[in-house]
Amino acid sequence: MPETLDLSIYVRRDGATAHMDLAVEGVGCAGCIRKIENGLLQVPGIVEARLNFSNRRLAVTWREAELDAGGVLLALERIGYHGHPFEPERAEADETRHARRLMKCLAVAGFAAMNVMLLSVSVWSGSDMTQETRDFFHWLSALIALPAVAYAGRPFFQSALRALRTRQLNMDVPISLGVLLAVGMSVAETIGHAEHAYFDSAVMLLFFLLCGRYLDHAMRRRTRAVAGNLAALKAEVAHRFHGSELVTVPAAALRPADRVLVKAGERVPADGVVISGSSEIDESLVTGETGRRAIAAGATIYTGSINHSGALTMRVTAAGEGTLLDEVERLLDKAVAARARYLRLADRAARLYAPIVHLTAALTAIGWLIAGAPLHDAVITAIAVLIITCPCALALAIPAVQVVASGALFRAGVILNSGDAIERLAEVDTVVFDKTGTLTLPGPRVANAISIDPELLETAARLALSSHHPLAQALAREAREPTPFGGAVEEPGQGVRAVIAGAPARLGSPAFCGVKVEATAQESGTSIIAFSHAGRTAVLAIRQMLRLDAAEVVAELHARGLDLVILSGDRPAAVAPVATALGIGNWQAGVNPVEKIATLDRLKAQGRRILMVGDGLNDAPALAAAHVSLSPISAADLTQAQADAVFLGERLAPVLAAVTVAHRARTLMKQNLWLAVIYNTVAVPIAIAGLITPLIAAVAMSGSSLLVTLNALRARTGSSTRST
Amino acid sequence: MNVLVYLVPMALGLGLTALFAFLWSMRSGQYDDMEGAALRVLSDDDVET
Repeated sequence: MPETLDLSIYVRRDGATAHMDLAVEGVGCAGCIRKIENGLLQVPGIVEARLNFSNRRLAVTWREAELDAGGVLLALERIGYHGHPFEPERAEADETRHARRLMKCLAVAGFAAMNVMLLSVSVWSGSDMTQETRDFFHWLSALIALPAVAYAGRPFFQSALRALRTRQLNMDVPISLGVLLAVGMSVAETIGHAEHAYFDSAVMLLFFLLCGRYLDHAMRRRTRAVAGNLAALKAEVAHRFHGSELVTVPAAALRPADRVLVKAGERVPADGVVISGSSEIDESLVTGETGRRAIAAGATIYTGSINHSGALTMRVTAAGEGTLLDEVERLLDKAVAARARYLRLADRAARLYAPIVHLTAALTAIGWLIAGAPLHDAVITAIAVLIITCPCALALAIPAVQVVASGALFRAGVILNSGDAIERLAEVDTVVFDKTGTLTLPGPRVANAISIDPELLETAARLALSSHHPLAQALAREAREPTPFGGAVEEPGQGVRAVIAGAPARLGSPAFCGVKVEATAQESGTSIIAFSHAGRTAVLAIRQMLRLDAAEVVAELHARGLDLVILSGDRPAAVAPVATALGIGNWQAGVNPVEKIATLDRLKAQGRRILMVGDGLNDAPALAAAHVSLSPISAADLTQAQADAVFLGERLAPVLAAVTVAHRARTLMKQNLWLAVIYNTVAVPIAIAGLITPLIAAVAMSGSSLLVTLNALRARTGSSTRST
Repeated sequence: MNVLVYLVPMALGLGLTALFAFLWSMRSGQYDDMEGAALRVLSDDDVET
């Protein structure tokens, strides 16, 4: 039965033309841009094709009368690239808008800073300047600075207002106050024909701060784009019944009550109930258990399980209807509600800093009044204190480190979901691992590959490419050259056969290949398949394998003084060997989601800060309950959404890199805060003494900002310890 | 100091021109794909061989 592909949920229509965004795999060089764009434009019906090389996304517009979405994918496939349609996330679109606004503010502040500085330098150096000229220059500065501050300062003013409304102090409160007072005082001084005006300090301050903010934002946007592409690459299709006809749709388009066919070897695309058919399913991504469960009509199955043997027809149910999911969702709500909002280092510093600064300014004014200075001079000196302490360096101290550190993490294969994850990662003293899919590789592998003749293994692996069976797919990963043999025939439930190099070859159950397997070879959790070709035979043991570098990473984490724990939903017999191999003494097996949370709570009660690393649906509540959490990219969607960071690849090294970079970043953040404090202890007495001029303010501010930023760049080297 | 009468507006005018040029280039999407632009210049579609 031929199947049609329905991608309508990804297509945006505009009159007679349609538009679709695709994440494209394998774009690596300048040639690809031209090949893809020109290749697509030659297809009749395609109006526009534009590849964005930075985020590997392709925007295609075509005339609907001549082509459909499937045709576009097919055309791209013919050129040699896989495209995955995706719908830009709402959050991503919001961030793009926000980044544009910040960039506009930055441009305006930059323009104003340059022009005001041009006028200020003339005033500073023109000692023979007449008073009229000086006033004229001050008024000109006001003309530039006032609109610029009103426009470019909005991100800070809005954030400060939000904080004040909830009766809190954040770093934007002293910033806004400093900028507004600087501008206000300068206008008053200009009216009074005074010698000093601080317009240049105000706009320069905004410019520096906006730089920090924009960089912070750009980094987060870049990691989000990568995460969005990975989600599109992972997105799976489902075979949905339209009456008796089968239509292939993206899994995201499934709705409750849809009837879906799950073929052998495929992942279950949604939660639901089996209507007909029977099979064995692998639920390791759901429960962490590596054994398979036999199911028949009436059984509940979950997204992410792998259907091993027979075809199943299922009815999609809404999330939360099933028993396990229900439980997970309920636990999640509780864990998320219980998670105290983490108070960022910057906000903690602001809480301490703002009252001290404001008190110092007030005391300065009172002190000068008592000393007999006129009211005007006392107020001006107090405002000068506020301007010089305006936390330019302080506000850059932490974002600058965060930007550099998240860049280092990105290169090490860790994508951050939340901004303060770096700070929380640095505080961790206990690491709790899930076993299946976290310490072990997400899919099963050939365990005895070394003991098999490489040439025979390669032939077997290439033959396995023709089969959809999960065990064959595990074997197919061993293929160095991923080209299947022609004419391979799959015998359902038995294996595949083909004629290779003139000799018959069979891959499948030992009986199918005529191979006898000794009973001792059958370990628990290990599946055996056999291969025969031209009289030579091989028995392949396929099972869950540890990630290649798991032992080294675990040893290194141990050496750093971190306590390690394994909490697995799998059977004790499967967990014990892993714990022994890794040298982790503290492990629990057969733990359900409720018990995972209970264990975490017990550890938390001992005052521990926990890093939870897990991938299964059963780990999601524990991830939300932990101090900070990591998930491999192969994790279930719901689980990934709960994790603070996601790591890529087949190695465990990113976990170690995350901890290393976070530690280094935290040290640098503290150093930067101290640098800012030292700057203030030097500059504040000068300001209190009333000796500050706009020139000193400008030099001090830009100098301290530069120093803090340079120090932050040292976080780059934090990633050099990663193993490659 | 009469020279200021036309020097100051000129300086401001040049600055504003640069600002609007930048805002325009941003709005027209020239900074959306920074890496691609560097590579596109290498392909010679327009050269007949």
